[in-house]
Amino acid sequence: MERNLVMIALFAALIAALGLIPKITLAFGVPITAQSLGVMLCGTVLGSKRGALAVLLFLLLVALGLPLLAGGRGGLGLFVSPTAGFLIGFPIAAFVTGLIVEKWRSAPLTLVAGIAAALGGIVVLYVFGVIGMSITLDKSINEATVLVAAFIPGDVLKAAIAGMLTAALAKARPNSVLSRT
Amino acid sequence: MISLTSPVKTPWHSWPAGLKLGLLCVATMVLFSLENVFLHLAAFAACIGLYSVPGYVFLKAGCKRLVFLWPFLAVIVIWHAITGTPVEGTVIALRLLTAVGLANLVTMTTRLSDMVEVVKMLLSPLRVLGLKTRPLEIAIALVVRFTPVLAQKGRDLTFAWRARSPKKPKWQIIMPFTLLAIDDAEHVAEALRARGGI
Repeated sequence: MERNLVMIALFAALIAALGLIPKITLAFGVPITAQSLGVMLCGTVLGSKRGALAVLLFLLLVALGLPLLAGGRGGLGLFVSPTAGFLIGFPIAAFVTGLIVEKWRSAPLTLVAGIAAALGGIVVLYVFGVIGMSITLDKSINEATVLVAAFIPGDVLKAAIAGMLTAALAKARPNSVLSRT
Repeated sequence: MISLTSPVKTPWHSWPAGLKLGLLCVATMVLFSLENVFLHLAAFAACIGLYSVPGYVFLKAGCKRLVFLWPFLAVIVIWHAITGTPVEGTVIALRLLTAVGLANLVTMTTRLSDMVEVVKMLLSPLRVLGLKTRPLEIAIALVVRFTPVLAQKGRDLTFAWRARSPKKPKWQIIMPFTLLAIDDAEHVAEALRARGGI
């Protein structure tokens, strides 16, 4: 109980701390932050339920007014901004990512975690993100998809990093990768 | 841990947090159901009015918190200029600014402790059902405490990297960073257990 609680809290803090890592700008000018990598790691390392809870805890603190999102942002305004869909999708993305890592055990962990992070952290997350953007900006789903497509290459990179990191963590601290224990 | 509450004391600070959140919910729903550009102009003006009451410093701080919306506003302006629908574009832009502005206003005028009280109140039905809410309260405290600790460890790793390499660290420090977080988690869990657990 204590261990689960602390892991959930520390991964929520990890998502926040990853937001402080300076953003990398891709070749065509799109900035990427490490924050959604944190969401992917919550799923791949903590598993479905604990991963989703860690992300929910992080979002609760953002909503309460702590500046935990990349660039020191936070507060309720973000939940009605064009990126609100992505925030709402975060816990579900972590849940799906975790579920895939928990269930799919026949392939190497790097591959499984990478694909799980891509399916959860990109496919599932963008469904929510695009819907949110289409509501707040009053655009069709297709139009909203065009607006966010530029961020997908960065997220593919993050999914690959999440895969490698999870496998490395499973070697270094096998007991701490809760999605596989 | 710095919160986003404004140091400028405003009349809105003394309103109960629950009331402000309730009003915000209603206002946001109304904003998203209105399509009339004049009503949106009026709502936006009212929002600026709410920010102006406490004075210039507060208004300026409020405007700063809306700056992050500029890429979206730019997209809306270009989009509706091309499609020849300036009225629709104005409605969308005003709605966005007012909705985010009002939500930020609640955040800026409500202390973290008051917000936590609202969360506790909302969770009280769960306690009646026999679910424990204490773990959540401990978890909130842990995140608030550990975010600056982890951020400092991230900075230390960056410095260590810079001491060895002329290049900036990128994703390479995330692995040791995550390891440090996991090790901390194990130690804190042990300490919590040693003190009688949850």
